[in-house]
Amino acid sequence: MGERDSLLFCWQSITRYRFRSAMILLAIGFGVAAVVVLTALGEGARRYVLQEFAFLGKDVLVMFPGRNETTGGLPPVTGAAARDITLADVAVLGRRVSGLQQSAPLVLGSAAVSFQQRSREVIVLGTSAAFVTVRKLKLARGRNLQLEDIERASVECLIGQTLERELLQGEAALGALLRVADYRCRVVGVLQGRGDAFGMDLGDSLILSVAAAQRLFNTAGLFRVIMQVREGYDPEQVKQQVIDVITALHQGENDVTVVSPDALLSTFDDILTAMTLGVGAIGGISLLVAGILIMNITVISVGQRTEEIGLLKALGADDRLIRKLFVLEAVLLSVCGAVLGSLAGLLLLLLGRQLLPQVDFAVPLWALFGAGGVAVGCGFLFSWVPATRASKLLPLNALQRR
Amino acid sequence: MIELVELNKTFMLGEQSVHALDQINLRIDAGEYLSVMGPSGSGKSTLLNMLGLLDRPDSGRYLLNGLETTALDETERARKRSEMIGFVFQAYHLVARLSARENIELPLMLSGVPGAERRRRSKQVMERLGIADRGHHLPRQLSGGQRQRVALARAIIRHPLLLLADEPTGNLDSQSGAEVVTLIEELNRDGITLLVVTHDLALGQRAARQLKMVDGRIVEDRCRQPAVPESAHG
Ligand SMILES: Nc1ncnc2c1ncn2[C@@H]1O[C@H](COP(=O)(O)OP(=O)(O)OP(=O)(O)O)[C@@H](O)[C@H]1O
Ligand SMILES: [Mg+2]
Repeated sequence: MGERDSLLFCWQSITRYRFRSAMILLAIGFGVAAVVVLTALGEGARRYVLQEFAFLGKDVLVMFPGRNETTGGLPPVTGAAARDITLADVAVLGRRVSGLQQSAPLVLGSAAVSFQQRSREVIVLGTSAAFVTVRKLKLARGRNLQLEDIERASVECLIGQTLERELLQGEAALGALLRVADYRCRVVGVLQGRGDAFGMDLGDSLILSVAAAQRLFNTAGLFRVIMQVREGYDPEQVKQQVIDVITALHQGENDVTVVSPDALLSTFDDILTAMTLGVGAIGGISLLVAGILIMNITVISVGQRTEEIGLLKALGADDRLIRKLFVLEAVLLSVCGAVLGSLAGLLLLLLGRQLLPQVDFAVPLWALFGAGGVAVGCGFLFSWVPATRASKLLPLNALQRR
Repeated sequence: MIELVELNKTFMLGEQSVHALDQINLRIDAGEYLSVMGPSGSGKSTLLNMLGLLDRPDSGRYLLNGLETTALDETERARKRSEMIGFVFQAYHLVARLSARENIELPLMLSGVPGAERRRRSKQVMERLGIADRGHHLPRQLSGGQRQRVALARAIIRHPLLLLADEPTGNLDSQSGAEVVTLIEELNRDGITLLVVTHDLALGQRAARQLKMVDGRIVEDRCRQPAVPESAHG
């Protein structure tokens, strides 16, 4: 029997035993739709998290003192550095590494900030104007810091919105004079939103010039240097150049760690992908159940069609053809079920996007094809045994239903 | 064409064994027209199924065109069936979900004949059997006589060498019965070897060679008197 005729024969059987076919379609469709929806939820969560952490961008490198051999993990907050990274180092980097667009040195500490009688303990960040641009922070009011010389302390500062609310309590923020410990500074801008950085809430922070912070915390070393890679440059190459330059500056000792957020993110990525895989597997179980249903229905179908099997054999169909017809029918049904299930799943996702626009629901391709593949594989595997049994029936016994 | 040598078939019914075929020796030449008669349970259908390669004997030999069929495996027997043998079953055995035309074309489909050729041949056969206007009907929408004709059309569409009919008129009124008989006799005149199992004495006596079976044995094997003129052409 030709391939087209085999397909035609099975198709006739599928379309003319409507109820039976509908049952299988439903089961497989549900299974595939479940995988599609579940993995899309997982993928949506993954993308949501990645997007939350994507503030650093792909073109950003972060350098901190100390060697950290483990890659991909979060950098240690208190690196026991052999040698500090200094502002001079940053200046040299800016001159020597052409792939660097700009660098924001970072000094971090906490201090009491006071205005008139009120005082509040907040995070104090010493950095340069580049910080706001590299981190893509937005200002609710005012302007960014303007520092002529990065090595000179400036009186300008930026504050977060929480700090503004708590400390100034409605008084004009721009131009207000604040005291940070015994240092005085003037507010030139207010940050918008939270602008999460390394798990800190920038809304409750104060940003001032790096030199001022160094003096404030009495340190020469930098906590971090955030560097933006110039467009068209490979971050990995630039990273290597940065390390080379610093190594040269530090008497041939490579005592800094430079991470690209990619490495950082890939850790999250791995975890969340594993999670998606997990929920996908749970959906896969429903496919297995569908497979068992296929087996049952094929068994019933073989029972009901025993006479037909006998007839086909009497007409000259051999065992292999009988088995092929039954398996093909199950596989054909599975394919249809998989297609319908995928469509249903995708439709549900469209609905989900309407309801929750902030989460980017998307089916990973592997899940879509995996679910389809498993469905069709189930159809094949689970129909094989009953179909083989059908094919082994003796023609006469089958005809007489004995 | 066919030679059976000491063929035996025994069925076990619980404790009791039934000798459905008992030391059968039979020669059939190509183009012969045989009828098989005998009481119920005498083994007629068993003989027919044996000849049609649907069943295997317990012992004995069955030579089909000189080929020892007992040595063939199921796949080879299936191929022989498709090449040489057409069946008309007493119970029709039409596929309920397929239309009359699809049922008739089923053997051609199994043999891999292309669709256009199938259509051409089924049209021809249906016209010959007078069911050309029933092609798209399902079996349950057809009368008994029409179903039998569909079954007959299916049996002959591949031009088998051997046509085996088990009580082809058993379910028909005398009118449709006579029509079906006329048809298969026409086929026999075209060269098909025809073997008809029947309880109908009138039908059985039309055959050129008449076998009678009792308890699994062929007890009578005689040729019709060619001298009887009115039974020669219905
Ligand atoms: N598959 C089977 N299993 C057990 N016994 C069987 C089987 N097929 C036939 N028989 C027995 O073999 C004997 C011959 O059966 P067969 O069907 O050949 O009779 P028959 O001559 O065709 O009868 P009828 O005229 O009623 O159709 C019967 O006794 C029957 O009970
Ligand atoms: Mg019988």
